[in-house]
Parts: sequence; C-alpha cells; structure tokens
Amino acid sequence: MIVTAAFYLFSAILLGSAAAVVTSRNPVHSVLFLILAFFNAAALFLIAGAEFLAMILVIVYVGAVAVLFLFVVMMLDVNFSQLREGYQRYLPVGATVGAVLFGELLLVLGGWQFAPQASALRLSSTPAGVSNTHALGRLIYTDYIFLFQIAGLILMVAMIGAIVLTHRERATSRRQDIARQNARQVSDTLEIMPVGFRAGTDITGIIRPKREPEPALADEPHTHGVGLPGPGEHG
Amino acid sequence: MTTIGVGHYLTVAAILLVLGTFGIFLNRKNVIIIMMSIELMLLAVNLNLVAFSSALNDLAGQVFALFVLTVAAAEAAIGLAIVVVYFRNRGSIEVEDVNLMKG
Repeated sequence: MIVTAAFYLFSAILLGSAAAVVTSRNPVHSVLFLILAFFNAAALFLIAGAEFLAMILVIVYVGAVAVLFLFVVMMLDVNFSQLREGYQRYLPVGATVGAVLFGELLLVLGGWQFAPQASALRLSSTPAGVSNTHALGRLIYTDYIFLFQIAGLILMVAMIGAIVLTHRERATSRRQDIARQNARQVSDTLEIMPVGFRAGTDITGIIRPKREPEPALADEPHTHGVGLPGPGEHG
Repeated sequence: MTTIGVGHYLTVAAILLVLGTFGIFLNRKNVIIIMMSIELMLLAVNLNLVAFSSALNDLAGQVFALFVLTVAAAEAAIGLAIVVVYFRNRGSIEVEDVNLMKG
C-alpha cells in the first residue's frame, strides 16, 4: 500500500519536474529540476527493485552529468532570454507532435500484453537469494563482459574527446619539458670561478647585498593604535 | 511490486518521453535545453527497461539500462564540449546559427 503511494508521489514529482525542465525560463532552474527528476527516477528504480541502477543514476547523473550541465550553463555568457524568442511560435507544433506521440503510445499501451512465451525467452533470469548488485555483477563480468569493456572504451573515447575539444594551449602556461630537463648541463647554470687564497668576496667580484640600516622607530611621531610601539616606548 | 504493475511504469515513461519531445520543440534555439530533453527521453527509456526487467524477472534489461546510462553520459560530455567550443568560436549557441555545413 505504501509502495503504491510512494510510486504515485515519486512519479508525480518526476513528471512535474520534467515539465519544469522544458518550460522554465532560466536554464539554471532547468538543470536543478533535471536533478530533481533524476532523484525521483532513482526512487522509481528502487521501487522496481533495481537498487544498483538507482544508485548509479544518482552518482552518474546527479553527480556528474547534471553538474556538467550546470557548469556549462553558468560558464557560457549567453543571453538566455534571447534564446526563448520563438517560444510561442513553436508551442503549437510541439504540442501537436507531443499529443500525436502520446496518443500513439497510449494506443500501444492499451492493446499491449505479455506474449505467452515471454517468461520462457528470458536471457538471464534473476537469481533468488542474491542481492541486485551481486546478481548484476555476476552477469556483467561473465555474459556481458565484452559489452562492458566496450562501454568502458566508449567512456574513455568520450573523455579523450572532451579534453581534446576543449583544451587550449595558453602562451603563459608553464609545462614540463622533459627533454630540456635531461639535456641540462651543470655548466649551463653554474659557473665555477677560481678563488685565490685568502681572496675575499670583494676581490672575486661577488657582491653581497648591503645590509639595510635598522629603521629608526623611535624618531617616528607618536601614534595611537596603529603600528608596533617603538623600542623606547612601553605601553 | 504489489499493485504497481508494469503498465504504471510504462505510462510514466511514455509521459516522460513525450515531455522530452515537447521540450525539443519548445526550446528550438537553446541547445543546452535540447540536450536536457534528450536526457529526459533516455531516462524514459531506462525506466521502461527497468520496469520490464522487474516484471519479467530478467536482469538483462537492467544490464542494458546500464549501457544506456553509459552512452548517455558519454553523449552529454561530448555534446557539452562541442557546445563550449562552438561558443568560444562563434559567441553564440543558437541552433539556427549552426549552419556551417548547410545541414
């Protein structure tokens, strides 16, 4: 009973926030509503028994993708109100296409039922007595190992692609040049000078900075509050 | 699932998919919101996969949803990188300005 109430609550918030994503004026609000929608979808996954996917949804989507969206929206200096000019113009065609699509989906949903041999055609049935994460791990690392590796490859390609696309070389950036470091000789930076016996630094030409004379603090006019008291003053 | 059947999930996912499509039409100029709408549609697909996986006691649906999540994350990363580069070059992210290839 409480599961039913929770399902309706979460799906209502999910659909409401999804509607707010596409209709809100401020893109930052859109991203925040997207995060809310993902949280509620994760709750729906939990109700369906897919615990691992729910947590993955929270981690990957809320933690990474939505924050990425937020970064980009906040980083780009775009006049977003200007981007909403055609809103009224596109509303009728959008509503029409949406209504047609929804009607078709409802038609499909109304006449749909499981095929009688559906349960016999299961690819990998859920094992009993094992948690969802455990069962998924057994599947991913055995039957679906190649798909899993390809998924990792896709993520790596995406990472490299994003870096290659957005990275730009700055003239002021200081990078490590290993070849230059290795080719460096002692004679490039260090000069060894012959110093005669008992020859002081004055003779060899090495000039040390002269010591600054101590500032005469006692001569300054007496000020209250600011500055340290001079050596002659007490209190 | 007690009284919540696969039909409930399919209805929610259908509305979510329609909302995503609607968002693409509604925000024709703002490519970032279009990408968010695509994320919503992918979420609807995932919801369908998970619902069928739960109803049929078949874990393959959840594995597939995992791969859909992976591809969606990669798509978002690459797409946002392209948006950033495009904005850097052109100073705008309006979809109608993206006509360099006359597509």
